Amino acid sequence: MTDIPAQKAETERPPALQFLRTHMREYGILFALIAIMVFFQFSTEGILLRPVNLTNLVLQNSYIVIMAVGMLMVIVCGHIDLSVGSVMGFVGALSAVLMVNFGIHYIPAAIICLIVGAAIGAIQGYWIAYWKIPSFIVTLAGMLVFKGSMMVLLKGQSVGPFPNEFRAISSGFIPDFFAGESLHITSLLLGVAVATLLVFLSIRARQKEQKHGVPEEPFFFFVGRNILVAAAIVYLTYLLATARGLPNVFIVMAILIAGYSFIAKQTTIGRRIYAVGGNQKAAKLSGINAERLTFLVFANMGMLAALAGLVFAARLNMATPKAGETFELDVIAAVFIGGASMAGGVGTVVGAVVGAFIMGVMNNGMSIMGIGIDWQQMIKGLVLLAAVIFDVYNKNKAA
Amino acid sequence: MTAILEMKGITKTFPGVNALDNVNLTVEQGEIHALVGENGAGKSTLMKVLSGVYPHGEYEGQIFFEGEEKRFGNIADSERDGIIIIHQELALVPLLSIAENIFLGNERAGRGIIDWSETYRRTEELLKRVSLKESPRTRVTHLGLGKQQLVEIAKALSKEVKLLILDEPTSSLNEKDSQALLDLLVDLKGKGVSSILISHKLNEISQVADRITVLRDGATVSTLDCQKQEISEDDIVRDMVGRSLSDRFPPRQPNIGEPLFEVRNWSAFHPIHSDRQIVKNVNFHVRAGEVVGIAGLMGAGRTELAMSLFGKSYGDKISGEVRLRGKSVDVSSVHKAIKAGICYATEDRKTYGLVLDQSIRGNVPLANLKGIANGIVVDNHQERSVAEQYRSRMSIKSSGIAQKTVNLSGGNQQKVVLSKWLYAGPEVLILDEPTRGIDVGAKYEIYSIINDLAAAGKAIVVISSEMPELLGISDRIYVMNEGAFIGEMPVAEASQEKIMSMILKKGGKAA
Ligand SMILES: Nc1ncnc2c1ncn2[C@@H]1O[C@H](COP(=O)(O)OP(=O)(O)OP(=O)(O)O)[C@@H](O)[C@H]1O
Ligand SMILES: [Mg+2]
Repeated sequence: MTDIPAQKAETERPPALQFLRTHMREYGILFALIAIMVFFQFSTEGILLRPVNLTNLVLQNSYIVIMAVGMLMVIVCGHIDLSVGSVMGFVGALSAVLMVNFGIHYIPAAIICLIVGAAIGAIQGYWIAYWKIPSFIVTLAGMLVFKGSMMVLLKGQSVGPFPNEFRAISSGFIPDFFAGESLHITSLLLGVAVATLLVFLSIRARQKEQKHGVPEEPFFFFVGRNILVAAAIVYLTYLLATARGLPNVFIVMAILIAGYSFIAKQTTIGRRIYAVGGNQKAAKLSGINAERLTFLVFANMGMLAALAGLVFAARLNMATPKAGETFELDVIAAVFIGGASMAGGVGTVVGAVVGAFIMGVMNNGMSIMGIGIDWQQMIKGLVLLAAVIFDVYNKNKAA
Repeated sequence: MTAILEMKGITKTFPGVNALDNVNLTVEQGEIHALVGENGAGKSTLMKVLSGVYPHGEYEGQIFFEGEEKRFGNIADSERDGIIIIHQELALVPLLSIAENIFLGNERAGRGIIDWSETYRRTEELLKRVSLKESPRTRVTHLGLGKQQLVEIAKALSKEVKLLILDEPTSSLNEKDSQALLDLLVDLKGKGVSSILISHKLNEISQVADRITVLRDGATVSTLDCQKQEISEDDIVRDMVGRSLSDRFPPRQPNIGEPLFEVRNWSAFHPIHSDRQIVKNVNFHVRAGEVVGIAGLMGAGRTELAMSLFGKSYGDKISGEVRLRGKSVDVSSVHKAIKAGICYATEDRKTYGLVLDQSIRGNVPLANLKGIANGIVVDNHQERSVAEQYRSRMSIKSSGIAQKTVNLSGGNQQKVVLSKWLYAGPEVLILDEPTRGIDVGAKYEIYSIINDLAAAGKAIVVISSEMPELLGISDRIYVMNEGAFIGEMPVAEASQEKIMSMILKKGGKAA
C-alpha cells in the first residue's frame, strides 16, 4: 500500500493562507456584507444602524429571507422557481379574502394558506420531478397563473385591513418580561444567549475535530470568526433592544435559518439534495429517490412562499394586486450572491441569507441616500454580476 | 535523431499536492513515446502542462518544441504549433455530424459562409486516413466509442499535427478497436507524426512504443529504450511501482457455496426504440463465494443487463425474476435493490459514478447514508472516519478526504466509486469494468478486494472487456453476445480463443 506521500506539500505553505484560498467564498461574502454596511453607515451619516432603521431593515427583508431559504434548496437541487413572487402574492390575497371577506379566525386561515402554498409548490414539483418538465417552464407558467389568480381573487382591488393579532406576526415585537425602561431586556438577553450558544456549539465541534485529527480551520480564524459573529449578534440585538426589541418575524426567521441550515448540512435529506443537484444520475444510481426529493423541495418552496405572503400582507395590512411583483428576482439574486451555483449542488443557507441582507442593506442604504429607483436597479444588477464573476474567477483559480 | 520535444524540470503543484516534481521528458522526432505510471503519478498533468491547459506561469520549468522554447498560454497556442491532445474524455459534440465535429472551430469557410462540399470532401479524405468507413454526415452519437476515438484523431489530423498526445485512448475500447488505433499510430509514425501515448495496458505499450518514460509520484523514474534492448512488461511494472510484481492476479482459493443470486428469463427493451430487445431472455446464477465473469464485445448488452437488474436503471418493458438465496426479490428501484444487497458499480465514473463537485468524503457514503447517521442526523465523526478508512484501504491518492473528486486522477476516481459500493455492504456486487484506467499495482489490490469479498461469502459479477482479467479472477465465465447469453464455462476450460470463437460463430457478422 502506498502511504499518502502526496501530503508533504501541504505543510510547507502557510496553512492560514491555504485555508483562506480554499474558503475565499464563505469569508468573502461575509466581508462583503460588513464592507457594504460600513460604507452605508458612513454615507448615510449613521442612519443605517439607527435602531429604528435597523428594525425596519429586518422587517423589510424578512419575506425575502424566508423565500431565499427555500430557493436555496431549489437551486442546490438543480432547479429554479420563478413563481415565488406570484405565489406569495396569491397567498396574501387568499389570506385577505379568508380573514377579511369571510371573517375566518386568523389561525385556521393562516394554516389554510400555508397548506395551499405547499400544494401549489407540490403541483409544480410534480410536473418537474415526475414528468421531467424543465422547472424554468413550469414555474414560468406558475408565475403567470398565480398572478392572474390573485387578481381574480382580489377583483383588482386591495383588500384589508387585517385583524390586529394577525398583523402582529410581522409588525409586532416580542414581549419584554423584565419591563426595561429604555432597553428591551428580553431581546438583549436572547441575543446574548444565542451568541453564547453559537460559540459553545462551535467550540464543541472544534474539540471533536481535534480529537480526530487536526482541524482544517486555523486557530486564528476560528477565534476571529467566533468573536466577530458573537459580537455582531450581541451588538445588533442591543441596537434593536434600544428601540422596540426583537420583531416577532425576526424570531421566525432565526428559527427557519437555523432549522434549514441544520437540514442542509447535518441530515441525510440534505446530503441527498446536494448529491441530486451535483449529479442526478450518480445520485439515482446510489439509491437516492431524486424525483421525490425534487417534489418535496418544491412543495417546501411553495409553503415558504406562502409564509412570506402572510408576512408581507400582514406588514402592509392589506393584500394588493401588486404584492410580490418581481420579488422572485430579488430572491434568486440573493441566493446567487450567496454563492450558490446555477448548475446545482453548491450553496449554503447562511450564504443565501447573507446574500439577501446584502441586497436589503443596499436597497435600504440607497433609499436613505435618496438614490432613485432607476440607479438602485442598475447598481443591484452590477453587484449580482460582480458576485458571480468573483465566484467563477475563484473556481477557475482553484482548478 | 533529433528531439521534437523537450520538457525540462517541470514542476507543478496544486493546493496540498505536488503533482509534478522536476520532471524531464524528451520525445524524438517520429517516435511513439509511451508515458506510464501509477494512478496519480502525474501523467495527465504533465500533458496538460504541455498542451497549455495549465498556461505558462502556472508551472515551473521549460518546454522546447522543435528546438524553440515555448510558452503556451492556452490550448489554441499549442495547437497552432502542431501539438494536439486527445483527452480521455472525448470532446465531441454528440448531435453534430462527423464532418461538423472535425471542422468545429476550424470551419472550411469563405467570408464566414461554410463551404459544405469542401468540408465533406476533406472529411472523406481524413476518414480514409484513419480507416473509418462512415459517411461524413453521420451524427457522432450513432458511433461507438472506438469510432469516436478515430474521429478525434481525424480531427487532429485536420490540423497539421506534429505531435499527437493520446491520454488513455484505449481504456474503453475493445481489443479489435484498440488494435486498429494502435495500427493507426504506427501508420502515422511512418508519415512523420510523433506521438505520446498514455496507457495502463502494458501489452499495447510494449507492442508499439519506441521509448517509454516512467513517472512515479510526480517524478521521472526512468526512460526505457525499446530499440536498444528487449523491454518486458515486468520491467515496466518494476519501474512503475518500485518493486517487482511477480503475479498480475492474487492467488485464489475459491470456497463456493449455495446459489446466492439467480436471474431468470430476464429481458429488457431499448428505452426509446421500444421494439428493440437489448437483453434477451437471460438466465444465470452466482453462488456464494463465487466470482462470475461476463465476457462479450462492446455493445453486447452487458452494461444494459446489469443496469436493468439494478433497480431498472436502464431499459423499458423489463421482465423476469431475480432471486436471492432462493427467494424472489423486488429490484424495481435502485433503493430496493441496494436494500436487498444488490449493488452495481458503474463503468462510467464521471457520468454515473461520482458527484464530481463533492469531496471523497461526500461521495463514499452516498449509497449508505444510514451508515453515517443517527436517524436522519449525520454523524460527522463517523462520516469522516468512514472516508478515512476507505481512503487508506483503497490507497486513494489525494491531499485528504476533503479533496474534490473532480481533481482526482482517473484511476483514483475509480477507487472512490468502488469504495462507495464496498461501504454499501453488498451481498451481490456487480462490477462493470472495475479496473478501467487503473494501474497494475492498484488492479492487484482491487482483485484482492474482490477475492476478500468472495471469501466472505458474497456473490461477485465482473463485466470486463479485458479477457485476461476475466480469465485471471473469475471462477466461471458467461459469454454474452447481442443481448443473449450464448455460453458458460468454468474458468479452467476457458480461453480467450474459445470465447472469441463462440462469439464469432453465434454472431455470424463479426462486430
Ligand atoms: N486540479 C487539481 N487540483 C488538485 N489536485 C490535482 C488536480 N489535478 C490533479 N491533481 C492531483 O495531481 C496528481 C496527478 O494527477 P494526474 O491526473 O496527472 O495523474 P495520472 O498520472 O494521469 O493518473 P491516472 O492514471 O489515474 O489517470 C494526483 O494526485 C491528483 O490528485
Ligand atoms: Mg490521467
